Amino acid sequence: MAQAGRRYSHARAFPDAFMALGHHIFRSFGTPMRIETGRRSVTALSTAAVALVLGINKAWAAAGQPSPWETGMQEMVTELAQNVSSFHTYLVWLIAAICLFVLALILVVIARFNESKNPVPSKTTHNTLLEVAWTVIPVLILVAIAIPSFRLLREQLVPPQADLVVKATGYSWYWGYEYPEDQGGGFKFDSNMIPDDGARKPDQPRLLGADNAMVVPVGKVVRVQVTSADVMHAFALPSFALKIDAIPGRLNETWFKAEREGVYYGQCSELCGNGHPYMPIEIRVVSEQQYAAWLTEAKQRYASTDGSAPVKFANAQ
Amino acid sequence: MAHAADAAHADHHDHLPSFWRRWFYSTNHKDIGTLYMIFGFTAGIVGGLLSIGMRLELQEPGLQFFSNPQAFNVFVTGHGLIMVFFMVMPTLIGGFGNWFIPLMIGAPDMAFPRMNNISFWLTVSAFALMLCSLFVEGAPGSLGFGGGWTVYPPLSTVGHPGPALDFGILALHLAGAASILGAINFITTILNMRAPGMTLHKMPLFAWSMLVTAFLLLLSLPVLAGAITMLLTDRNFGTTFFDPSGGGDPVLYQHLFWFFGHPEVYIMILPAFGIVSHIISTFSKKPIFGYLGMAYAMVAIGVVGFVVWAHHMYTVGLSLQTQAYFVFATMVIAIPTGIKIFSWIATMWGGSIRFTAAMQWAVGFVFLFTVGGVTGVVLANAPIDRYMHDTYYVVAHFHYVLSLGAVFVIFAGMYYWFPKITGYIMPEWIGKLHFWVAFIGSNVLFFPMHFLGLSGMPRRYADYPDAFAGWNMVSSIGAYVFFAGLFIFMFGVVYAFIRKEKAAANPWGEGATTLEWTLSSPPPYHQFETLPRVIDTHH
Repeated sequence: MAQAGRRYSHARAFPDAFMALGHHIFRSFGTPMRIETGRRSVTALSTAAVALVLGINKAWAAAGQPSPWETGMQEMVTELAQNVSSFHTYLVWLIAAICLFVLALILVVIARFNESKNPVPSKTTHNTLLEVAWTVIPVLILVAIAIPSFRLLREQLVPPQADLVVKATGYSWYWGYEYPEDQGGGFKFDSNMIPDDGARKPDQPRLLGADNAMVVPVGKVVRVQVTSADVMHAFALPSFALKIDAIPGRLNETWFKAEREGVYYGQCSELCGNGHPYMPIEIRVVSEQQYAAWLTEAKQRYASTDGSAPVKFANAQ
Repeated sequence: MAHAADAAHADHHDHLPSFWRRWFYSTNHKDIGTLYMIFGFTAGIVGGLLSIGMRLELQEPGLQFFSNPQAFNVFVTGHGLIMVFFMVMPTLIGGFGNWFIPLMIGAPDMAFPRMNNISFWLTVSAFALMLCSLFVEGAPGSLGFGGGWTVYPPLSTVGHPGPALDFGILALHLAGAASILGAINFITTILNMRAPGMTLHKMPLFAWSMLVTAFLLLLSLPVLAGAITMLLTDRNFGTTFFDPSGGGDPVLYQHLFWFFGHPEVYIMILPAFGIVSHIISTFSKKPIFGYLGMAYAMVAIGVVGFVVWAHHMYTVGLSLQTQAYFVFATMVIAIPTGIKIFSWIATMWGGSIRFTAAMQWAVGFVFLFTVGGVTGVVLANAPIDRYMHDTYYVVAHFHYVLSLGAVFVIFAGMYYWFPKITGYIMPEWIGKLHFWVAFIGSNVLFFPMHFLGLSGMPRRYADYPDAFAGWNMVSSIGAYVFFAGLFIFMFGVVYAFIRKEKAAANPWGEGATTLEWTLSSPPPYHQFETLPRVIDTHH
């Protein structure tokens, strides 16, 4: 219970006016207050409202992490994740249309078939054509969903040849990464969340920044083997549309090919106890040269870590 | 359905037992139903307060109310288990089921009245054990079990060595035994005690829904009982069913749990489907549209509900073929569900609708359940679920179908049958005001959770990155509004009992055609001493 009872300070800079509004409404709940000028609140609130209406969350977004008032998926940075995102967009249009259709029917019913407009009810209880239609049309819609869904599923679960294999092990409550020797690695290290009183870099958001990130080269197929040393955890990274459970006694695998350099954050996504919110996943995607330099440095830096890293990983399949 | 019922039969020997005998030894289906409703409402308040605690914590990033996330997780777990096993199930099945199944099928009581009594008191005992579990050690140095309502090992074995979960497991055993006994009772009653002339195909849809629900309970609960017994022996007697160091597998538990857990969600919603059908038909003054399709859609949902469980497990590492199968099977369920939605709308179409409080809740349900249903279709797709799994999107989805689904129907049913149960009229404005407060509150509460999930916020988090702060604040405000609505309901009940405006046998008029409306309000202590005869039907 290393992290039991840890409290996080409220010194943070997020611009959400609604929070400020909430402070005024809920001050009686004894939450710590920040001093806000009314003007700043109004500005931020209207900005949020405009962004919401126009759907321009992305204006604020830094890739690889959530952004305030976001109403859609995070910005996707692998081709596969972009496919997931566009499939989702397609589904959103579809389900929104279905909901609006049902809503429209209900509104018509309310307007036309209330007691005052229609005092004498019809006695219709069957209409074979209608019943066939509302069975067959949903079947067709589902087929239209299933075809791209199965294609995408195959893309996710049949990985291409990997350029690099990294093993991620979930512990309570941090991640451990191993780079095998046959790929220029031969070391392993732990990745802990940087606490609030720790030395978080300015670009590392609270609860997301880790002391030692997993580093991978850009444009390479990275296979991640995932397991756990104690209870279950889940290795997840939204902007790669990636999530796989870390299960003791099992070796799971997933893969990604990041198209852009950058820092990408995820969080443990299987309830694992007290430190569940405090074991982020930070992946730094760097150029090949930077990656080579990092390997050299990491080999020395993590040489003293107890236990030796494997020379080569077994295949998870 | 028209019929000749013996509404006028005398209550000359309706002498009531003493208070203690009537309410503690009760074998009367209506009294047991009332007990279940009071119990379910009480448990619902407890579960609701737990969720208010969660929303207070999540209102802002950082920890404000809980000293550590484990305590928050205990609230999450307690909320889930209490709402499922001690609020929704007792109210819909134990409450409405006991009250209205015998009345609707023209039976004098349930088939096994004493078994009915033990079902109720086992449920109460289970709840007592569940509450005890909150106050004994779970994880080292903290009270209660915080591993989620799914109770996944190894967090529920090595992660919680204290006795809290043992109390929890025994609570679920008792609640499960109570439900199995209840299921046997309902199946026997519905199959054997229908009034002369009421064939299965003339039976009211609520009876159909309870019949299917009872079969789901009977077939799925033993699997849960087995799974948690294995967990109990893993925890206390050194077995390793779910421990890889002894050749076991944590994923086995998930398969067993969800083989129960998925039918369980239909156990919670099918009775609601039945109730909504009656309310819509009554206030549209029309018979239900496509009666047989409605009945067999529920049967289909029940059957297919047993073969889709692993859609809760897309991230455990299932093979491509397995995931593809579960995607396909899960989407099939959308078809009978769609039939039900459209049949409800078709029932209203052409009707002469009176928008009473009960009807407003029912129509609200139809729309909100549609919203929850279509996000279910999104989640059925494994490639997208990989992104959504264990995020707030899932929380939004299942609260739309359960909180805005099952709970809305609980209130719809309460306002619909309140005059029948109590014999008093509750002024319509109370139920309507409650509806609008709940409708706005619950949507403000749960709709932003879709956004949080899409943005990547994992569930069961006491603290979250600052970017999630905005929608969490909105969601918390909605929670307080939704909860405040409960006071309107409580006021309404008290007010009706003070006003004592007597309800007629059938306060809803020509549309209310089921047998309970042929009896006085409240019905006599023993009804149908001469069985009613169903003489005509036009479905």
